[in-house]
Amino acid sequence: MKALLVCEYREGKLLETSYELVAFAEKLGAEKAMVLIGSESEAPKVNGTVYLADAGKYGEYNPDVHKKIVLAAIERENPDYVAFVHSSFGWDLAPRVAASLKAAQISEIVDIVDGKFEVGVCNAKLRRTVTPKSGKAVLTIQAGAFSAAAASGAPQLERIEPADGASALEFVGYEPAEKKDVDLTRAEIIVSAGRGVGKKENVPVIAALAKAMGGELGASRPVVDAGWVEHSHQVGTTGQTVSPKLYVACGISGAIQHLAGMKKSDFIVAINKDKDAPIGEVADVLVVADVLQFAPALTAMLQK
Amino acid sequence: MKVLVCIKQVPDMESRFKANSSGNWYDEADLAFRMNEYDEYAVEQAVQLREQLGDAADVTVLSIGPDRVVEALKKALAMGCDRGVHVQDPAVSLKDPWQIASIIATYAKDKGFDLIFTGMQSQDRASAQVGVAVAEQLGYSCATTLVGFSFADGVVTAKRELEGGLKGVVKLRTPALVTCQLGLNVPRYPTLPNIMKAKKKEIQAIPVVDILKEEALAATASVYPPARKGGGIVLEGDLNDMASQLIGILKEKTAVVR
Ligand SMILES: Cc1cc2nc3c(=O)[nH]c(=O)nc-3n(C[C@H](O)[C@H](O)[C@H](O)COP(=O)(O)OP(=O)(O)OC[C@H]3O[C@@H](n4cnc5c(N)ncnc54)[C@H](O)[C@@H]3O)c2cc1C
Repeated sequence: MKALLVCEYREGKLLETSYELVAFAEKLGAEKAMVLIGSESEAPKVNGTVYLADAGKYGEYNPDVHKKIVLAAIERENPDYVAFVHSSFGWDLAPRVAASLKAAQISEIVDIVDGKFEVGVCNAKLRRTVTPKSGKAVLTIQAGAFSAAAASGAPQLERIEPADGASALEFVGYEPAEKKDVDLTRAEIIVSAGRGVGKKENVPVIAALAKAMGGELGASRPVVDAGWVEHSHQVGTTGQTVSPKLYVACGISGAIQHLAGMKKSDFIVAINKDKDAPIGEVADVLVVADVLQFAPALTAMLQK
Repeated sequence: MKVLVCIKQVPDMESRFKANSSGNWYDEADLAFRMNEYDEYAVEQAVQLREQLGDAADVTVLSIGPDRVVEALKKALAMGCDRGVHVQDPAVSLKDPWQIASIIATYAKDKGFDLIFTGMQSQDRASAQVGVAVAEQLGYSCATTLVGFSFADGVVTAKRELEGGLKGVVKLRTPALVTCQLGLNVPRYPTLPNIMKAKKKEIQAIPVVDILKEEALAATASVYPPARKGGGIVLEGDLNDMASQLIGILKEKTAVVR
């Protein structure tokens, strides 16, 4: 069994998550080869073949061109599986490769169970195992689900080229993250507001709790998207990754993109009216309550 | 300018879920269904484009599923889409993303849509495949995970969300498909007059067998609840009791609360 692992590279750097693919291939018991659209100096430190297409020539991510490069590597390697990390790169490129091969795609794999691929359903409230019915299969793995393999080894580089460089899409450039007015990564205590706080007018209730605890205010994404709290307070894959001594999640369900940003916190408290909310999976203490009633009670007691 | 928006109806994620008796999907009994959150952004963006272009644009909204999905279609029509298409499929949850994409692509193939909007993923299955697979099957250019969209002179400028707050800007020529991310816009609430107007809009019904041409490429083996990690303390009951218990625990277990 062979797996072709597609590295992710951005602005001149190999992303470390590429090593999670190596760990996944090991768990799968597959022989691995990798493909990188990047520079030689950033090639992953692994033993085995690394197909390399030069980023100087093929640039930052362009799905049409990068698809053709991955297909060229597939033709050379003839793998059973083609694996990506489920990221803005992986979920964009994987379905294009799968469609070209007419192969099954299984998205955001969290584990391998009896040789089947396990994925989440309904915000991870259920699990599902999936099997491909096609000869080859394209897989994306959940970021963080497979702990990265050590970077040790010397790759054997093989140059590859796309069939052609045509694209209907033009990459214009990057827009950096908004300036931060708080650096949550330095906070020892973070108290975050989620959609469960209900409306903007209730955010001060959570801010008051944060203040009483001596911490900073954090937020889940919907709260930021709705304009209740500034983006600089957002915790998660598209916000900040934090690991405070204490994290208090108020009315936050615990979607993987939020968990990815806070699950390494030393101690986690969740306040949620839903006893089954996925945040319970990572919480050291789950307080089953209406946060709009519980937070003021807790604040008052802390102030005594 | 012809525009297509693809929407899915999904259960409220705050529900309690259990596997169905065949163990291949969740049990739909007692669940309340609504429009997939990501698709609301897709509908809103299509309607905003329609407002920008006026009557030069025509927006079709499509959903695949049992009769209940007509509710989601009606909401999209009340938000401002012009016409609806209901692909009738009581067994939609057993189709894989490739088949769902093929149904949409078969419907769209000869219709000359210039632009197709979908959500970046559904809240229940979350494969994030269908939109891109539709684009591939139709040979459209495609960008995913949009948090910014503008259209001028046949060119879409799309702001894609990457990780950690970083964004990537791309330009695509039509025909194109884009998948919409949370926060792309602020989806409107249908007003009463628009809900009334929507009642007169046509919803075409197409039995799925008429346009399903592909076999599934992947199969669900089983569906089950996650193993409880346990270990965590669960507090329930009186507010003040819970507050003092929590403070006790925090004093004991963390160095930061005194
Ligand atoms: C590519 C991508 C990137 C993303 N990046 C991020 C990210 O960086 N950060 C992020 O947070 N999300 C991110 N998301 C969104 C993520 O998938 C979830 O949609 C989001 O985290 C949900 O936020 P929430 O928990 O506040 O809201 P919901 O999921 O709506 O949960 C609300 C919770 O509040 C509870 N609740 C309701 N009322 C009360 C009450 N009165 N008292 C107590 N509890 C109550 C409910 O039981 C529920 O559990 C991303 C998604 C995608 C696709």
